[in-house]
Amino acid sequence: MADLAILAEGLTKRFGDFTAVEDVSFEVRAGEVVGCLGPNGSGKTTTIRMLLGLLRPTAGRAEVLGLDVERQTELIRPLVGYMSQKFALYDELTMVENLAFYAGIYGLSNAEQRQRQQEVLEMVGLRGRESERAGQVSGGWRQRLALAIALVHRPRLLFLDEPTSGVDPVARRAFWDTIDVLAHDGATVFVSTHFMDEAEYCGRLGIMSGGHLLAMDTPDSLKRNSLPGPAWDVVVGGAGQTAPLIPALEAIERMEGVFQVGLRGDHLHAITLSGQHTAGSLQSALVGIGFDALVEPADPTLEDVFIALAGRKT
Amino acid sequence: MALLEATGLVKHFGIRGSLAAVAAVDGLSLTIERGEAYGLVGPDGAGKTTAMRLMVGALSLEQGQVRIAGHDLLRSAELARSTIGYLPQRFSLYGDLTVYENLAFFGSVRGIEPKILPGRARDLLGFVGLADFENRLASALSGGMKQKLGLACALIHRPPLLLLDEPTGGVDPITRQDFWQLIIRLLAEGAGVLVSTPYMDEAVRCSRLGFMVAGRLLATGSPRELVAPLAGRILELKAQPKDLAHRVCRADPDVEDVATFGELLHLRLRGERPAENAHPQQEAGEGRAIFPQDTMSTGAMDNIPERLSGAMAAVGVRVHYLRPVAPSLEDVFISTLQGVAHG
Repeated sequence: MADLAILAEGLTKRFGDFTAVEDVSFEVRAGEVVGCLGPNGSGKTTTIRMLLGLLRPTAGRAEVLGLDVERQTELIRPLVGYMSQKFALYDELTMVENLAFYAGIYGLSNAEQRQRQQEVLEMVGLRGRESERAGQVSGGWRQRLALAIALVHRPRLLFLDEPTSGVDPVARRAFWDTIDVLAHDGATVFVSTHFMDEAEYCGRLGIMSGGHLLAMDTPDSLKRNSLPGPAWDVVVGGAGQTAPLIPALEAIERMEGVFQVGLRGDHLHAITLSGQHTAGSLQSALVGIGFDALVEPADPTLEDVFIALAGRKT
Repeated sequence: MALLEATGLVKHFGIRGSLAAVAAVDGLSLTIERGEAYGLVGPDGAGKTTAMRLMVGALSLEQGQVRIAGHDLLRSAELARSTIGYLPQRFSLYGDLTVYENLAFFGSVRGIEPKILPGRARDLLGFVGLADFENRLASALSGGMKQKLGLACALIHRPPLLLLDEPTGGVDPITRQDFWQLIIRLLAEGAGVLVSTPYMDEAVRCSRLGFMVAGRLLATGSPRELVAPLAGRILELKAQPKDLAHRVCRADPDVEDVATFGELLHLRLRGERPAENAHPQQEAGEGRAIFPQDTMSTGAMDNIPERLSGAMAAVGVRVHYLRPVAPSLEDVFISTLQGVAHG
C-alpha cells in the first residue's frame, strides 16, 4: 500500500472518562491535500498527535507512510513535517537561526542545510528577512517561518494544525498559494482548520465534531450528498439591522419542508427538503404573512454541511 | 447622543519614548449608536483587544478620550462602567461553581439587589439557552456553552452597551449562529454592540465595520459601502493547466491580483483611475477611507474577460469558465492591505 500516506482504523483516544476522539477511520492517498474542519475541542489536534506518534491511541490503529504509528514512530519522524497550533519558535533567534536549529535536529549536514535553507526561505517568501528576530515579527511572518521549519527536511507528508489561526487574510492567501505549490510538487498535506472558507481549498475534507469524523469527501460532494435539498438566500425588508431578521427566521423555521435556516451576513440562508419549495413558493409564503421578502436560489456552503451533519445541539 | 464615542485613542506598550515602544493602538476613533453593531476586524496583534480594554477603562489611555453615553470614562468611571457589559476573550468562570452560581456571583459583584437577582439570572439563562443547564458545573461546559454563560454574565446589569472580544473564536458554527441571533435580539431592543472578530463571514453581520491593522483603522463603512468599489472587479476562473493560467493572468496589465482557491483562481481587476476629485478621502483624525460609490463604471471592463480568455487560449490553456463573482469582505480587506503596502 505504498500510495497510502495515512491509514487510520478506529482511532480512539480517551483522557480519563473524556473521549476526545472516537472510532475515527479514514485514508489519505499520497499527493492529496486533505482538510479537517471542526471547532475547538472536536478532536482535530488529538487525531494529528496520534498520527505523529505523540499520543498513544486508546483503541484502533494507524499507519503513516506505511509505518505503524505506535511501533515505528522513530522511522516516521524524519519523513513527516509538523506545524503545531502554537508555533514553537525561539523568539530571540533570527529567522535563519531558527531554521538552522531545526535543520540540525533533523540531522542535515552543513552543506545540505545551507542549500535547503535558501530553498525553503524562498518557498515561503521569507527571503530578505532572514536576520530579523522571530520574536519581533507579526503573526503572518511567524507562520511562514513555522512552515519553513516544517519543510526543512523535505518531508513527504505535512501535518498542519490550524496553521492560519490569527494571521491576516493576505498572509492566509499567500500561505495557501505555498500549499498549492507543495501539493503540485507531490507532497501530501493534512491540514486542520476552523475556517469554513479555507476548507474549500482542500481536495477532500473531513468534518469533525465531538470527537467523531462525520464525513470525508470533496467539498462539492459533501454539499451534494449531506444536504436534503436546495439552498436559498432570503433578503428581508431592506438592509441592515432594521430588517426583522429574527421574526423572519422563526417564521421560516416553522414552515413545512424547511430543513434548516440561519443568519448569513445581513440576510437569511435556508435549506429546504428536495422538491418541497421553489423561490416563488418560499417568497409568497413569507409575503403572505407580512414580510417584505425576496428569495433567490443560492449555492450551498460548507457551513450548511457542518450544521446538517453535526445537528442542532448545545 | 452616541452610546460610545472614542476619539484619538493611543496606547503604546514597552518603554515610552524608546525604540522598543510599540503602538498597540494608534489614533483610533469610532462611535457606536443605539441599535448598531460595530465590527472590529483584523488579525491577531492588530490592537483589537487593547482598544476594547481602553474603552472599558481596564487600561489607561495615553491620549484620546472615551465617552460612554456622553459621560467621560475617566471622570465618571462608575457611571460609564455601569453602562458597559464586557466579554473578554479569555473569560474566567469558576469551574467548581454551577452555571447559576457563576451568574449570581457576577450579579452580586455588579450590585444587583438580592431580591431581583434570582429572577433576572433565570431570565438571562433562558435568553442564552442555558436554562436546562443551570445546575451543571462550569468546568463541565463545552466551549460554546461557556461563551453563552459569559454573555449572560456580561448582561446581568442590563448594560445598553456591549463590548465582545472575539466571542465566537473557535466555537462551532451552530453556536456561532445562536450567538449572533442573541446579538441581533439585543440590537433590536436598542443595545449598541462592539464586536471584534477574525471571521469575515461574521463581519458581514455588522452594520458598520472597521478594518484594523497595526493599531489603526484602515477603512470603515457598512459592508455594502466597503464592497462597492470592488463590484465587477472580482472574476472567478476555472482553467487547465492552472499554473499557466495563473501566469498569463498575473502578467495582464488589467489584473491587479491573482489568488488560488483550491481548483479555482480569483482575479482582481484594476479599478478605473478615479477622477481627481473622486479620490478616496482620508479624514486624518478618523483614519477613515471613504470610498466614492458611484464613480465606478464597469462598462470599460466588459471586454477584459474576453481578452483574458483569448490570451489564455493562445498559449494552450483550456478555460472552463471565467465569470464575475460578488466581492467578499476578505477581497476588500486584502485589497486595502495591499494598497497600503504598495503605496
